[in-house]
Amino acid sequence: MTVSYALLTLLEENERHGYDLKRAYDQRFDGTRELTFGALYRALSQLVKGGQATVVAIEPGAGPERKRYAITEAGVTDLQRWLAEPEDPQPHLQTVLFMKVMLALMSGRPAKAYLRAQRAHHMSRMRDLTTRRRGADAAAALRLDYELFHVEADLRWIDHAESRLTDVAAEVR
Amino acid sequence: MTTILAGNGLRKRFGLTEALRGADMSVRAGEVVAVMGPSGSGKSTLLHCLAGILRPDAGEVVFDGRRVDRLSDRRRTQLRRGSFGFVFQFGQLIPELTAVENVATPLLLAGQRRRAAIGAASVWFDRLGLAGLQERLPGELSGGQAQRVAVARALVGRPRVLFADEPTGALDTAAGDDVMDLLVASAREQDTATVVVTHEPRVAAFADRTVLVHDGLVDDESDVDKSDVDGGVAAR
Repeated sequence: MTVSYALLTLLEENERHGYDLKRAYDQRFDGTRELTFGALYRALSQLVKGGQATVVAIEPGAGPERKRYAITEAGVTDLQRWLAEPEDPQPHLQTVLFMKVMLALMSGRPAKAYLRAQRAHHMSRMRDLTTRRRGADAAAALRLDYELFHVEADLRWIDHAESRLTDVAAEVR
Repeated sequence: MTTILAGNGLRKRFGLTEALRGADMSVRAGEVVAVMGPSGSGKSTLLHCLAGILRPDAGEVVFDGRRVDRLSDRRRTQLRRGSFGFVFQFGQLIPELTAVENVATPLLLAGQRRRAAIGAASVWFDRLGLAGLQERLPGELSGGQAQRVAVARALVGRPRVLFADEPTGALDTAAGDDVMDLLVASAREQDTATVVVTHEPRVAAFADRTVLVHDGLVDDESDVDKSDVDGGVAAR
């Protein structure tokens, strides 16, 4: 989803070939999630099918023909709408952690030890992000901050969960 | 890296409350360790025992081969002044002294001439992004600036161990990050071992490792092994 909008943003700057788009994407987003050519062309073909982008030229190259893409009016409108629309908080990771705690308690397994291991794992992730953040340029640091705050929120929940284990265990068993 | 400071089997009771119940913790030279744990878990008591501020009821504190817990109050004070540095949640700068005088205080207490002490203290202002603020009074500094002055004061005497108790507790995230960045970088630069007590994961993430204090005992998070949790049904 975000890949499509990232591509639309890049196309709004300039018409581009697929290869240019991948290079610009990887550069801007610091290889956060590597964009494979497969994913790139899938997203592009969806955008063309949906009328948000269009092929403006097909140029012969050394290898296969190269298509040049451009954003359409509908693409600009859609991008604008998506950017302005607030996102629901994404609860999926918390749900996994919550389910693990519940299932551990229900089955009499060591929920506290699981939480401690999860905590150590999250802390290790935070140390890694903090190290990478040092010396990063401002945009990269801001992206790492986003991840840091989210991991930190999980960590707070993990600590909180540990302090509530006895009460929850009494309820579920 | 050699262990510079260790607490073994530390116990400390306040009235009916047992704050430490046999806590073990060690720090190696140049290492940064974060101490985390819920409120009332004993983490500040642990720091105070390791730093020789409190004497444990039982157990030993060993600094550089010496038993800190056996030293007289006077010798422990000397040790704290000479070998340890401290940063607290609210800088605790002396309000009547200028920033540079605050930083120079440990050197003056150690008997250095005023001119030399102020000179050595001034060096820290550039290093910590405080250039030009030497003559300000603490009340004229922002929270982040005051805390960086406190970091400079803690490190100016090149302590072997730096103790920081919630050093960013009164700051917003950006100012807190700056303080931690400078604190950790400066400590590493002069091979000062650092113990940071914090309840904030973001602050702990600046450290090399984290220990957790729970009910007066210490869990070293680096010891949390998958084998501990791979076992089957545990007796709760």
